[in-house]
Amino acid sequence: MNAAQTVFILLRRELMLAMRRRGDVLTVLFFFVIVASLFPLGVGPDPKLLRLMGGGVVWVAALLAAMLSLGRMFAGDYADGTLEQLVLTPTPPVVWITGKILAHWLVSGVPLILMAPVLGVQFGLSGDALAVLVFSLLLGTPVLSLIGAIGAALTLGLRGGGVLVSLLVLPLYIPVLIFGAGAVDGAMSELGSEAHLSLLGGILILAFMLTPWAVSAALRISIE
Amino acid sequence: MTSRFNLYKYSSPATFYALAGKMIPWFYGAAALLGAVGLYISFFLAPTDFQQSEAYRIIFIHVPASWMSMFIYVVMAGWAAFGLAFNTRLSFMMASALAPTGAMLTFVSLWTGALWGKPTWGAWWVWDARLTSELILFFLYLGFMALQAAIDDPRRADRAGALIALVGVVNVPIIYFSVRWWNTLHQGASVSMTKAPSMATIMLEGMMVMALAVWMYAIAASLSRVRSIILERERNTQWVAQLLETEV
Repeated sequence: MNAAQTVFILLRRELMLAMRRRGDVLTVLFFFVIVASLFPLGVGPDPKLLRLMGGGVVWVAALLAAMLSLGRMFAGDYADGTLEQLVLTPTPPVVWITGKILAHWLVSGVPLILMAPVLGVQFGLSGDALAVLVFSLLLGTPVLSLIGAIGAALTLGLRGGGVLVSLLVLPLYIPVLIFGAGAVDGAMSELGSEAHLSLLGGILILAFMLTPWAVSAALRISIE
Repeated sequence: MTSRFNLYKYSSPATFYALAGKMIPWFYGAAALLGAVGLYISFFLAPTDFQQSEAYRIIFIHVPASWMSMFIYVVMAGWAAFGLAFNTRLSFMMASALAPTGAMLTFVSLWTGALWGKPTWGAWWVWDARLTSELILFFLYLGFMALQAAIDDPRRADRAGALIALVGVVNVPIIYFSVRWWNTLHQGASVSMTKAPSMATIMLEGMMVMALAVWMYAIAASLSRVRSIILERERNTQWVAQLLETEV
């Protein structure tokens, strides 16, 4: 079985599992919506202020939602022994880890991207800014899944793993937040957002190349 | 040839425990001596600054603490990499022994920075690139220590901590540059250290001596911490039992 087949089979399995537990996916999505809705209540309904904050707020909410969903990435498979079986297969760990991260992104990243324009409209973002927001999330949320996978693998089976993962992962998310929110800001000013989006793409490529190896090392540490 | 100094001998916790015990007083002594000289230079020899008056003297603590806080993270990641590559227990112990000292110096750097910022910039905190990245460095230290504290099995704690330290050190430059760029986009650079009038030689000397003092202190503190870690990890071994018998 070649690598593409393995990834495909794993993807189908993960998506099927997610479909059977739709509640988990929806919880993360509603968390995203609620966090973003809290900000206007906290800072006041001034449309000018909200338009300035909009991109950043949606991005912070996306960061928190992505972090919240990390617990599920390996925990279920770890609890029922699937993860050990996966480690024992002859397929290189990097291949199926990439598949699992991709599945995590499809299940918890893509719904956020689809919901983001609605939140953006609530914050009064213009059409251009909305398009850039969606595009920046499209480039940025896979990075959140990739980096988050390291934290999820390291905290596997630990007490208080959920809080711990936030302490480990959120500082590493900062560049994605800066460039993602910066792209939306750039679209609203005359600065333009190409530079931010290019950097976000660069981070995505770098994370895609490096993190599966780190996750593989982290899983080996956690499982043995 | 057998009489040649054997470096590998000291990769064993038992022999390193004794060696560290011999080295600690020397490093503490050097730290005290350099600290006394450095403080004398900074408080009595260095002139009052034309613009910042006496408040600037806090940089004699602040700058060495910031330098060492960053340097210690790199050293820690170095030990972590060494431990993962060669599977030496002592390297992991060194990495965990360095983290609290590094976190403490990061905190000192943030705290003294706030104390210096109030009279100089008129604010305890500004979202300047340096301050923000130092704060993130503090979070990275906390994450490393929290992860190690959450894992009961020392072997897993060592390796997991080492991996997150390495991931952190790869990310530090990316975080630093992203924060710097974010800062310049959001606000004009309010303060620039590089544009400041060049420092008087005596001030630079005071800072260097203080940096050496902090360096020596960091070595001494982490060596005494690594001794405690060694004792704790090796408590069930013969040599610790013998050591306790002879010392008590």
